[in-house]
Order: sequence, then structure tokens, then C-alpha cells
Amino acid sequence: MSAIITFCVMFAFWIVMSGKFDLFHLTMGLLSSGLVTWLSHDLLFSGHTKKFGGLMVEIGRFLRYVVWLSWQIVIANIHIAGLALSPQAREIMDPHVVSFKTVLKTDFARFVLANSITLTPGTVTIRIQDDTFYVHAITAQSAGDLAGAGDGPGEMERWVAWVFEGGSR
Amino acid sequence: MLNAVVIFLMVSGFMLFFATTVGLLRFPDFYTRVHAAGKGDTLSTALLLAGLIIYYLQDFSGEALLTAVKLSLIVFFVFLASPTATHAIIDAGYEAKVPYWTKRKPSADGEPYPGPERRREDRQI
Repeated sequence: MSAIITFCVMFAFWIVMSGKFDLFHLTMGLLSSGLVTWLSHDLLFSGHTKKFGGLMVEIGRFLRYVVWLSWQIVIANIHIAGLALSPQAREIMDPHVVSFKTVLKTDFARFVLANSITLTPGTVTIRIQDDTFYVHAITAQSAGDLAGAGDGPGEMERWVAWVFEGGSR
Repeated sequence: MLNAVVIFLMVSGFMLFFATTVGLLRFPDFYTRVHAAGKGDTLSTALLLAGLIIYYLQDFSGEALLTAVKLSLIVFFVFLASPTATHAIIDAGYEAKVPYWTKRKPSADGEPYPGPERRREDRQI
């Protein structure tokens, strides 16, 4: 299953990149995507043993998450650009390391959360050690967006949990 | 009309790049500079390339569509690679015990902290 999906992704990528549809180039594409699939079919979708329907639900939820994340990136980028251009930048910013325990179980969900945290300006994931995320936040506001109210997971973490592990949002 | 949209997208992309560069030069220490350098560029790259995609799709053809798809692939890979590289750099800095800048803390009687800006050596990890 993972081999078929990998092959389709690789071949679509080949077609887009070459932009030629004659027999020679398509054959080369088939051969090389077949070779890449044979070498690394367990790399791209490792740990995904879900059924096809579950995968479709997950992709749908992920697309909604991407829309939400893009909006967060826009807000946070404007915040950081304003901070960089503001004359009192050193007074406003208050860098410190935030750590929180995650509720996410799978490695892939953690990877998505870590990359999302880094993508939204103002916060960078330093490392994930055991269950704990260490995040460097540049202002108190970006740190506040990250941690949820009280001990519960933050809004972004709840989204990621909803996408990959079917939790409530 | 569409040209106005393209110009708006590209100009706002350049403004964000400008802010990113200013932040890279102005911010006080390694970690905050990584913030500016590593990811101010995600949104600005997306805006610039979105402008280019719309510009290419103005006179629609198969070739223009192919170019647009390639440009959006660039956005996709920037969004994947940029946080990963940022994370690798900042993790290496933390591993090498680069000291980080914190704000001057006022003393108990409300006077601002008199000394130089504090550089923390203690670690949480």
C-alpha cells in the first residue's frame, strides 16, 4: 500500500518537473520512480498502517489544519515584523525557554507540531526530550499563544491531536 | 486589476523580507536572530511566489500551469525545510551552550536593573 502511494507521488513529481509527455521521458520516469519506490517505500509513509478511509479523513482534517495554521502564520509574522521594526524592540521582547509536556503519542504528530511551532514566528522548537517540548519564545505573547489555559494542551496541540489522533478540538 | 493584486502581494512580501533582515541585524543574541532569519522568510516567500503564480496564470496555457505548479512546489518545500533547518541550527546552538539574552529585571524597589543586560548561563535542559 505504502509502495503504491509512494510510486504515485514520485511519478506525479517527475511529470511536473520534466513537463514532457513523450514516450521516452515517461518511460524514464516510470523506471526511476520505480527504483526510488523499491529503495525507500517504507520511508515516506512509515508507521501509517491506517485503512484508506481513515487516511482520507486524516488528509481532510490536515487540510483544514493547514488553513488554520496559515492564518496563524500571517498573524505571527506581522507581529514579529512589527517587533523587528519597532524602536523599543528590546523593551518589548522577553526571550525565554518554555517547556511543556505533550499529549501526542506518535512521532509523526510530534514532528508536525514541532514544525508548526517553528513555522509560526516568535517560537522555535529547540528539542523534544522524552515527552517534553523545549521551545524558545521571543515575546510573552508568543509564549502565551503556545501554552493553553491551565495545564491542558495549547490550541495548536489540540488541533494536531484532532488531526492525527482523533481527539476533541 | 490582476496586476494590482500581483504588485500588492510582491510588495508585502518584500516588506516582510525587509523586516526580517532588520530583525536579523537588530536582535540581541543568537537565538532571537535565528527567530528573525529562520522564519520571517516563510510567509514572505509564500507571498512573493503567490504573486508570481498569479502573474504567470494571467494568460492561461498548459505551460503556464506547469510553471505555477513548480512554483507552488517551491513554497511547499520551503515550508518543510525552513523549520527543520531552523530547528537544527538552534538545537546545535543550545548543545554548544551559547548563552542567551534576557531582559533586564528591575530590582525589588522598582529601580531598573543597573548592570549590563543579563546573559544567562544556566540551562533548563
